[in-house]
Amino acid sequence: MLMKKALGAVAAVGLLAFAGTALAQDKIKIGVSYPTPTHAWAAGMNWHAEQAEKRLEELYPDVDLILVNSPDPEAQASALEDLVSVHQIDALVVLPFESEPLTDPVLNVKKSGAWITVVDRGLSQPGIEDLYVAGNNPELGRVSAQYMKGRLKDGDNIVVLRGIPTVIDNERFDAFMEEIEGSGINVLDHKHANWNRDDGFEVMQDFLSRFPDIDAVWAQDDDIAIGVVAALKQAGRDGDGMFVVGGAGMKEIIKGIMDGETLIPVDVLYPPAMIATAMDATVQAFKSNGPVAGRYILGATLITPENAESYYFPDSPF
Amino acid sequence: MMTASNDTATKPAKRPSVDFKTIGPALALLLLCVIGFMLNPAFVSEGNLTNLLTRSAFIGIIAVGATFVITAGGIDLSVGSMAAAIAGVMIIIMNNAVETIGTGVPTVLLGCGCALVLGIGAGWINGALTTKGKIEAFIVTLGTMGIYRSLVTYFADGGTLSLNFDIRGTYRPVYYDSFLGLPYPVWVFIGVAICGWLLLNRTAFGRYCTAIGSNEAVARYSAINVDRVKTLTYVIQGLCVAFATIIYVPRLGSASASTGVLWELEAIAAVIIGGTVLKGGYGRIGGTILGALILTTIGNILNFTDLISNYLNGTMQGLIIIVAVLLQRSDWKLGKGK
Repeated sequence: MLMKKALGAVAAVGLLAFAGTALAQDKIKIGVSYPTPTHAWAAGMNWHAEQAEKRLEELYPDVDLILVNSPDPEAQASALEDLVSVHQIDALVVLPFESEPLTDPVLNVKKSGAWITVVDRGLSQPGIEDLYVAGNNPELGRVSAQYMKGRLKDGDNIVVLRGIPTVIDNERFDAFMEEIEGSGINVLDHKHANWNRDDGFEVMQDFLSRFPDIDAVWAQDDDIAIGVVAALKQAGRDGDGMFVVGGAGMKEIIKGIMDGETLIPVDVLYPPAMIATAMDATVQAFKSNGPVAGRYILGATLITPENAESYYFPDSPF
Repeated sequence: MMTASNDTATKPAKRPSVDFKTIGPALALLLLCVIGFMLNPAFVSEGNLTNLLTRSAFIGIIAVGATFVITAGGIDLSVGSMAAAIAGVMIIIMNNAVETIGTGVPTVLLGCGCALVLGIGAGWINGALTTKGKIEAFIVTLGTMGIYRSLVTYFADGGTLSLNFDIRGTYRPVYYDSFLGLPYPVWVFIGVAICGWLLLNRTAFGRYCTAIGSNEAVARYSAINVDRVKTLTYVIQGLCVAFATIIYVPRLGSASASTGVLWELEAIAAVIIGGTVLKGGYGRIGGTILGALILTTIGNILNFTDLISNYLNGTMQGLIIIVAVLLQRSDWKLGKGK
């Protein structure tokens, strides 16, 4: 009796396990790996990734998205190994912490046969990814400069607050300078404000002490722009027609644009939602009858009062 | 206690040129100001000097607390994270209080009160773990540093905690308004500095800190309640962090995971530049204040010039810090080892 029961149980468990693996194999498993959200933009990205996961899994019951975030490049490399060995993913969407250290780990995922989508920061070796989805850093600089040229005239003065010294910062800055050159607009000076409100505040305070005549500020980033505006208000120079151009698409800034704010009249998009775009496209690689592989570069759209509403996500932390 | 009074009393007598130790930081600051003025006369404009003093207030106030901790032979690495966490909790509490007590002064006072309680509590935890738990201060505060930093990230959902706009209106003057030409943060800084100086130089508690820092075992045999004094130094540190946070929050009305990053190292640097000995036993509040001013002035001057590549800012800061500490060492000039 007992023996029979035990045998039955074993058989049942075995059947269940078999059914389980069979089920799992039917599902399209997509790993999504990105840095742990420790600053506002990344928090926005995390939010958009979670939204996309919910939406896509509802839309396609046979798609399983596995979201993993990692606090540093080392941990991200381990996370990628786990995605292959534990979850046996069919595709990977990865926003690499840094290009160099993650190139090999992603290449290993590729060797397992998985489809690879790389987001934002590229890998240091070409040809690994099937799909590349990114914002456009040079375009962000260019669009900002074009707006400046439209608003300012020959002989006007601007100051620039840059981000953290990185490739991204250089791409934005170089494109901006190239576009502004020959317009007659003077770039008085540029300093790093590290994509940070406090540094934006302090660097702008010093610019204001140093230069009596500033017509516009390119803050490059919305967090910096918030610090810049606080410094302008403190010095009482927010009323003399000066304006600030930030970048990224922070919800508070976009709300301000919708409300007709004059100090920050526009914003240049570098959307944290790009991870959602990448997840969508990756699912389409399995679901669409059209080709998906290639490069998908998002526009650095100029957000104005007219189009602001479509970039406003009040529930996102960014 | 014996060793401590020996230390401070005999040193000046031995070397007449020991003044260098005291005026070294002042000299360095003066030199920086001259450089700043030469780069751009706007450096000495009233607006810029006020900005400088106000900015120094954060690090300065925290560094006054750090002077006690370091003098007593400890170290606190958690202050930057602690400031961020306190700022975050303050903002949450004030935002939640809007519905019940409105957006007026009581809400701000509630926030400030909570900040003080949190600061004292956090300091006490660091102190108790160090003394009662018998864990190295370096390890304890390294641990709490990680805890507070991740807490603020968690509270902010990875993004930024923003103060309710109407409360900002009420609270804003605390950072931006002045009294007798000096902004309030500077007054707080002066107040904390005077209290710190009196506490360290004119009370038994201050002498106990010095004694424990120079030789803990001897201090114990001299019937000093070492654990209590050491814990109190961390509580003072926590209190100072709370004061700094109270004047920090109205500046931008927000807190995020990037708030207060590396403040602990800046505070320690200010203390050391000021002449306090890192291994304990000798502390100077006046020097600490000069140290904080020096650090802020360096950043200010770097923003005032485009002569140096932006990428080398850290190099300049490092060099100036090292030179400032070299300046206050008189013994190498006399060719005498210590």
